[in-house]
Amino acid sequence: MLDVTAPLLAIKDLQAWYGESHILHGVNFDVREGEVVTLLGRNGAGKTTTLKSIMGMVGQRSGSVRFEGRELIGSAANQIARAGIAICPEERGIFASLSVEENLLLPPVVKAGGLSLNQIFELFPNLKERLGSSQGTKLSGGEQQMLAIGRILRTGARLLLLDEPTEGLAPVIIQQIGKTIRALKEQGFTILLVEQNFRFASTVADRYYVMEHGRIIDQFANAELDANVEKLHDYLGV
Amino acid sequence: MFEICLPVILGGKCIPSTALFGQLLIGLINGSFYALLSLGLAVIFGMLNIINFSHGAQYMMGAFAAYLLLQFSGMNYWVALIVAPILVGVTGVLIERLLLQWLYKLDHLYGLLLTFGLALIIEGVARHYFGSAGLPYTVPESLQGGRNLGFMFLPNYRAWVIVASATVCFATWFVIERTRLGAYLRAATENPALVRAFGINVPRMITLTYGFGVALAAFAGVMAAPIYNVSPQMGSELIIVVFAVVVIGGMGSILGAILTGFGLGVVEGLTKVFFPEASNTVIFVIMAIVLLVRPAGLFGRRA
Repeated sequence: MLDVTAPLLAIKDLQAWYGESHILHGVNFDVREGEVVTLLGRNGAGKTTTLKSIMGMVGQRSGSVRFEGRELIGSAANQIARAGIAICPEERGIFASLSVEENLLLPPVVKAGGLSLNQIFELFPNLKERLGSSQGTKLSGGEQQMLAIGRILRTGARLLLLDEPTEGLAPVIIQQIGKTIRALKEQGFTILLVEQNFRFASTVADRYYVMEHGRIIDQFANAELDANVEKLHDYLGV
Repeated sequence: MFEICLPVILGGKCIPSTALFGQLLIGLINGSFYALLSLGLAVIFGMLNIINFSHGAQYMMGAFAAYLLLQFSGMNYWVALIVAPILVGVTGVLIERLLLQWLYKLDHLYGLLLTFGLALIIEGVARHYFGSAGLPYTVPESLQGGRNLGFMFLPNYRAWVIVASATVCFATWFVIERTRLGAYLRAATENPALVRAFGINVPRMITLTYGFGVALAAFAGVMAAPIYNVSPQMGSELIIVVFAVVVIGGMGSILGAILTGFGLGVVEGLTKVFFPEASNTVIFVIMAIVLLVRPAGLFGRRA
C-alpha cells in the first residue's frame, strides 16, 4: 500500500521551455491518490505546458516530477507512460489514418487493472455504436472526446491528465463528461484536470490550483470555492 | 499467333501478340522493381519525412552483397535473398542513428542532400573496388529455364521476380494497414509526440523503419542481380524513374506506391510496343500531367 501521507504526484520547481521560450517558471503542487485536482488559469498561463511537462512532451524541462515516489524528470515520454500516467491532449489527438477501433486500442496496456472494453462502453455507449467507423476523425467532437478519454482508460494508468475535456462541446455532452470523471474517481483513478470553465470544474474537482505566467499563484479546496469566486473572476478575467 | 491493332485514332498500328506479351512481361518485371523501391521510399518518407536519395545505392548494395556473399562464402541465391537485405538494413540502422536522426527538425532538403551525398559516396566506393563494367550473377539453378505459355515464352526466374515482389509488397501493405504494429506506425506518422506519450518507443520505431525500407531496396537489388548486371551505377539509373513513380503515386501512400509501381511498369512496356520513341519518357510525361492535375499524387492525401 502506498504511504497515504505521500502524494501520488509531487511537482517541485518545474521549469519548461519550448525552444527559446521559457514557459514554466518553477511550478509546485501535489496530487494525492484518488483526488481530482484542477488547474485553472487564463489562456497562456502554462496549464497545458504543465501537463505536457509532466508527460515529458516539451523540448526541455527541469525541476522534479515524482510519481509514486519515483523521479521522472530525466525520463522520456514513453517511459513516463509506462510508469502509469496517461494524457488526453487538448486537441484530443484522434488519428485520422486509424479507424475508431484502432484509435481505441492504440495505447498499449502498461499496467494491470485498466478498464475492459465493456467497462469503457458502459461509460461511453456511443463509442460502441461507432466502433465500425472507418476513420476516427469522422466522429463528432463529443464522440472524439469520449474516444480520447476512453482509450487511455484501458492502459492501466492510474493518473490521468485531462486537458480541457469540455472545450467546444455541447452542454449535454459536458454533463456526460462530468459524470464520467466522477465515475472514474469512484473507481479510484487520480485525475489532474486543466479547465478554463470553473463551473464545470466545480462539479468534479476536490481542489484547485490557479496558474498565471507559468507559476501557481493560488490554491483552495472545493469547499472554499464560494468564498473565492470573486478572486477567481479576477484571476480568470471572466 | 495473332496480331493486335491500335484503334485508327491512335495510328492503327498492328503488332504481333508475342511482341505485346513480351513487352507486357518486361513491363511487369520493371514494375516489380519500381513497386519494391517506391514502397521503401514511401515507408521511409511516411515515418522519417526524409526523401531517401540513397535508395538506389542501397539497392545496388543489395546486389553487391549477394555477389560478394557468393564469391567469398559460397552463399547461394536463396540464403542471400534473406541475408543481404538484413546486412544492408543494418547499415541503414547505423545511418539513421549516426546521421539522419539529427535532421528531422530541419527542412526536407537537408535529408535529401545528405542521402544524395551518401549515394555518391557509396557508388564511388563501389566503382573504386569493382570498376563500372558490371559483374555477372547467375540465375539460381532451380529457376533456370522457362515454360512456353503458347502465346509467349516465360522465363522461370522472371515469373519468380513478379510473384516475389508482389508477395513482399502485399505483406508490407498488410502489416502497415491491418495490424497493431501498423497502427503504431500510421499513428506515429501523424503525431509522433502523442504516440510516444502512450508508451511507445517512437525513436526506435523510426530507426527500424528506416532499416526496413533500406532492406526492401536491398531485397530488390538481390532479385535484380541475375537479371541486370551487378554494377555500381545500377541504382542511379533506376532511381530516377522510381522517384517519378513515387511522385505519381503520392508521397507516403503505401498502396499508391505499390499499384503505381506495377502500373507504370506495364504502361512503359506497352509504350515500348506501340510508341517505342516515347518509352523512355512516358513516365515523366505522366508525372508532369499528374503534378498539374493532382499535385498530391494519384493516391496521396492532400496535406
